[in-house]
Order: sequence, then structure tokens, then C-alpha cells
Amino acid sequence: MKMNQQKFLPMCALVLAMCGAASASAKATGEVFISSEKDNVVTVLDGKTQKQVASIKACKRPRHMQLTPDHQKLYVGCGDDGTAVVIDVASKKVTEKVKLEEGVEIFDLSPDGKMLYFSNEDTASVVGFDLVSKKVTIQIKVGEEPEGVLITPDGKTLYVTSEVASLVHVIDVASGKILKNVEVAKRPRRFALTPDGKELWVSCEMGSAVSVIRTSDHTVVDTIKFQPKGFRADEVTPVGMIMTSDGKTAFVSLGRANHVAVVDVASRAVNNLILVGKRAWGLALTRDNSTLYVANGMSDDVSVVDVAKGRAVKTIKAGRVPHSVVIDD
Amino acid sequence: MIKSPTAFRSGGSGWRRGLVCALLASAGGITLARDVTIGVVYAPDDARYDSKRLEKSYPGQPLGRPRAGAEMAIAESEFQLNNAGLKVVLKDVPLDSVAQANKQMLALMQKGVRHFLLDLPGATVAELSKSLQGTDALLFNVSASQDNLRRSACSANLFHTLPDESMMADATAQFLTAHKWTKVLLLTSTVVDDAPSISAARNAIKRYGIKVVADKAYKLSNDPRERDLGNVALLTAGIDADVVWVVDPDGEFARDVPYRTNLPRLVVGSAGLVAEAWHTSWERNGAPQLTRRFKKAANRPMAGADWAAWMATKAIIDVAIKLPDMRSHRNALRSADLVLDGFKGARLSFRRWDQQLRQPIFLASGGFGGGIAGVAPLDGFLHPSNNLDTLGADEKESPCKLSDSSGAKK
Repeated sequence: MKMNQQKFLPMCALVLAMCGAASASAKATGEVFISSEKDNVVTVLDGKTQKQVASIKACKRPRHMQLTPDHQKLYVGCGDDGTAVVIDVASKKVTEKVKLEEGVEIFDLSPDGKMLYFSNEDTASVVGFDLVSKKVTIQIKVGEEPEGVLITPDGKTLYVTSEVASLVHVIDVASGKILKNVEVAKRPRRFALTPDGKELWVSCEMGSAVSVIRTSDHTVVDTIKFQPKGFRADEVTPVGMIMTSDGKTAFVSLGRANHVAVVDVASRAVNNLILVGKRAWGLALTRDNSTLYVANGMSDDVSVVDVAKGRAVKTIKAGRVPHSVVIDD
Repeated sequence: MIKSPTAFRSGGSGWRRGLVCALLASAGGITLARDVTIGVVYAPDDARYDSKRLEKSYPGQPLGRPRAGAEMAIAESEFQLNNAGLKVVLKDVPLDSVAQANKQMLALMQKGVRHFLLDLPGATVAELSKSLQGTDALLFNVSASQDNLRRSACSANLFHTLPDESMMADATAQFLTAHKWTKVLLLTSTVVDDAPSISAARNAIKRYGIKVVADKAYKLSNDPRERDLGNVALLTAGIDADVVWVVDPDGEFARDVPYRTNLPRLVVGSAGLVAEAWHTSWERNGAPQLTRRFKKAANRPMAGADWAAWMATKAIIDVAIKLPDMRSHRNALRSADLVLDGFKGARLSFRRWDQQLRQPIFLASGGFGGGIAGVAPLDGFLHPSNNLDTLGADEKESPCKLSDSSGAKK
């Protein structure tokens, strides 16, 4: 979801006229979608009141979610039945079930919304699925347990993490070839691309760090370590990441350390640590960058963080083991 | 990060190799291909792997030769190895006698082999590691849990990835303490060889202030006068303990303790709730994928020794990728900077004093397909530097005081 937002925002800004009538914000509901792994539902909250407005029976083990560029559909990756389901954002109904493969984890949609790239942890590959012809068009072997997937806004480059190999694979979409394997800290999980596209941030769960890759030559230029007071490196397991639309601030969820780190992107300084629920993973930021939602997998709730105040202001009950949050705004 | 291989290659064409290497490195970060052979020393007649015994699938015991774990570690590291221009292969070293294995290992070392996985009974591990003291061999014990290998018989060239008896017993004792089930009926075997396991349990019981309300020995015997010693109902009759802690490294007696107690009581130790280095029911930290990969490759569930062999091989690969000079591997493995991902959540490393891998331990019930009731160290059991060191012999308690190799470059 984070990548979705990071990527499509500047796109919309550039082609504002084209976005026009179909613009996301024009009919955005502001609603918050939360997937939960153990009870197979996607919970929908009102963006203002945070009251539950719907609970959608989605599929088996819904995890990663992403809105299409026009915000009309929400794709949900389903780990245990090897599908992605399509939820119609307006009616909040499952309108389509796309058969992918068993083991589907994180995915990303191509900028034109026609291709879905997902990591398959069972076959250690990244798979390109054509959403128009409903066929797998490309399958690329990567390191064991691929997780994070990100396609660049120009649609040319695909990044995939391998948790076991501690690598980020840089893949040329056109040829399907791996251009480079970038060694990062242990157990890389997710990505965030700076809005200017110059830096790719990679959360590394076992390295208790974020590796920063310079995209011009795919070299690790920085490793940001997190040391919340009272926690040992063992308990600091960064997973989720999201950046503000100006690219100045990054939020990193620290997993078992139960905090979200607020990082100044330019200086890499950790300016604040916000206490949230247990095993914080999925993050989503409202369009105005004022509110951050944090999925807490082990406390079965979602923290609502007031970004200006720098603290959680509300905790909302969600499904069993919440995984990801997506905001339709 | 990857040093030039010329550092350790001193052949006649060294300069040319260096040049080629430099060219390659500048072309795309590729270094010259290197080979690392890992010896797998095993005893073909090892009773632990007797097919009839394996069929029993006793909890806490191997389900097959742990070599399968090492193979999987190499297979899943393919990308990293290719990236580093490293090739890792396993070489079997069957052991008939310690002298013969020692000779064969020395011959392999002549050819540049340094790393050996030891899949051997505890006594053989002690003898073999002693016979190789002073050599450059790095030995990784993957299937012997005896405490003495980490204490009186510890050795500078010997690493352990399987938890020892004390760590397992401490895990169990922590679980009982956390639940306030602190009155135990201890049932122990009368077999002489089982004494180390029994003393590990007794030490853990003492360490955590658990009260032994009855201390009984059992015996499987065909002597009519000893029949009572094999009868669980009689052994447990009238004893109001919170739990029955049975210590039976063999497993045959322990298997039949649950549900045969006189009073309805839980069973821990060698049956019931069992401390495990690995368990297929662990659902977090990427464990299901590891378990699934192993099942696919070895056609059986993954057990503790498989995990230990996998972990040892991963540790070797981890340092070999970074350090072409194998003389530096021992110190690198002992370094506090080493972070191993064992798919158990915590960052794993070797204890500097006894070279035992510190790690979480699962407390599992119901054997394979059963549940995991807890993971030790349990919440609230704290240690000044690393909570994993609440399990087993801490630095101050251990008689083993190993230190870094001198002279070896890091």
C-alpha cells in the first residue's frame, strides 16, 4: 500500500488533467481498509470517526492490499488460497477472484494497473501476472523466501527482497533478467521508494535496520539502526515503512519493539519513537500526511497516530492478526 | 566486504589471478570462484538412526540423518553463494573408529577442508574433537546434546548448534515457574548413561526453586519383583504434584507416562511437554517455509538435529562469504557481530565461553502436529546482556573458558 501511495501521488500530480474526473480524491471515501490474517476478513473503518463500517469476508489469509490507480478496486493478496481478490471500493463487495499461486505474499501493481507482480515464497520466485489476459506472463527465480516487491513508477525496474539470502534483486522488467543482487542487512522485508526515486529503503527485520540503496548504481549507501530505549537489538524487528509525500520523513514500524520510528530522510536521524501496539507491521498514511495507521499483529488492533503530536491517539480493535492498512483518500 | 582471494592463494600464478580477479571485480562485483568443502562426519552404525528407532518418532529425538539440513542450507543459499563466487559442497566422512576418522579428516585438511559437521554420539564427539586439538579444523556438533561437551570436554575447535541438556531443562523449568506449577514428581531412569540428562533436570529444578515432592526411579524390567518400577499408576499413586517430570533419553518409558498417572496430572520432560530445538508447528519468523522446504527435500518432518545441521551450515556460509581466509573463521564465528537468523525470531550467536549457539527453545506438546505452548526464554526471565543466556550455563557458571585464536587475522 505504501508503494502504491508513494508512486501514484507524483504521477497524479504530473497528469492532473488526465486524472481529472476519475481522480482518486474526487470521490475518495477516506475509508480505511485493514486485512487480518487469521479471520479472513478485510475490516473497513470510517476515516474520520474510525468506526467500523464494513467487514468483508475476503479470502483465506488476506495480507497485502493495494488500490488500483483509479481507486475503484482494491486488490488483496490471499496467502492460503493462492488468489488475489478484487474488492469493489464503492460497494465493498468481492467482485472477482484471480487465481494466482499458492504462497502469494506481497505484490505490486504496475503503474498502468495492468500487471500484478507478486512474490511466491513457496517457489522462490517473483511472478508477473497479466490482469487483462489473466495469465502468468513471467516468472523469475529469486533467492529463498522473497517478500517485498516494488515496481518503479516508470514500470521498468522491479525490486524484490529475499529474506533468506539477505539480498535485494534488481530486475529489468522488459527482459526479466536480474541486473544486480544487492546485499543488505539480514532478513530484508519491505520497500519504500523516496518520491524523487533516488533512494530505495529496505526494512531488514533481523538486522534491526533499514538499508538505504542509491538507485542510480544500486549500492547500499547507509544503514539506519534503531535502538529504542529499553529494548535490545533482538526485539527491534523493522518491517513496515512509509514516507510522507514530500519525501522528508519516513515512518518505520519496529515489529516486536512495539514502536514506530520517525526518521528524517535526509539526515537519517531518528527523531521520534512512537509507542504503538504489539508487533507493529503494516503502515498507512493519510493523503494530507496527518494521520498514520499502524497494524499491530499481536495485539489484534490498529493504532491511530497523530503525526503532528507524534503519538498514538486512538487504538481500534481490528480482526485477528491485522496485517496491512490501505486508505482510500 | 569480500576480500581478494589472493590474500590466501599463494600459488605461482598469484599475480595473474589477482589481476583477473581485479578485472572481474571492477566489471561487476564478481570475485574469483572459491570452493568450500564441508565434511560430514557420521557413524554408519549410530543407534540413534536405527530404522526401527526412527519409526517411533520420539519427541526431542532425530527423525533421520541431519545431513539433510546441511543440504538444504546450501540449496537455499544459492543466490548468495553465486553472488560471492562461492561453491559449497558436502563430503561424507564415515566413522568406524576415532583414529580412522581423525586420519581421514587430517587428509582432507591437507586439501584445504576446514569445516566439519559432527553427527556423532556425545562420547565420540568428545574423543574426536580432543584428537583434533591444535589443528585448524572447525567442528560443529549438530546432534549431541550432552552438557559435558560444552563444559569439561569443551574444545576451542568445537562449536555447538544443537542446544544442550541444560538449556532444554532450563526451558522446561522456566515454563513451570511461569505457570506456578512448582511442585513436581520427578521420574528418572536407572540407566547409567542417562545420568547427565537427569542431572541437567535436577540442576534446572534447583536453579528455579521448583519443589520436588517425590523423586522416583523407574525401570523397564522383566523381573517380577521390579514390576512396580515400570508401572506409571503405581509410581505416581497418591502423590499430589502439579506435574510429573519424566527424564528418559531413550523415550520408550516416557511415551507411556501421559494419561497413565494415578491422579490427573500433566507430564513434562521426555514426554508430554518437551523442549525442542525445532518444531514443525512453529508458525512465525518464516518457520513454515523452512519446514515446508525441508519436507519437500527430505520427505520427512524437520527435527532439532536437522535444524542444527542447517544452522551450522548457514553459519559457515555466512562467514565464508565474507572472509576468504579460513584462518579467520573461528574468531568470526565467535564474534559478537555475527548475527544468525535461525527462523526462531531472535538473533542468534555463539557464546564466547563455550561456543554453544544461544537460541530460543520451543516447548511443544503432542509431538509432530502438536502445539507449541511456549518459547523459552519466557517473558520475565531476564539476563543482564542477552535473555537467551538464561538458558544453559552462563559465563560465570561454565567451567569452559574459551578465547579468541591469537595470530589469526580477522
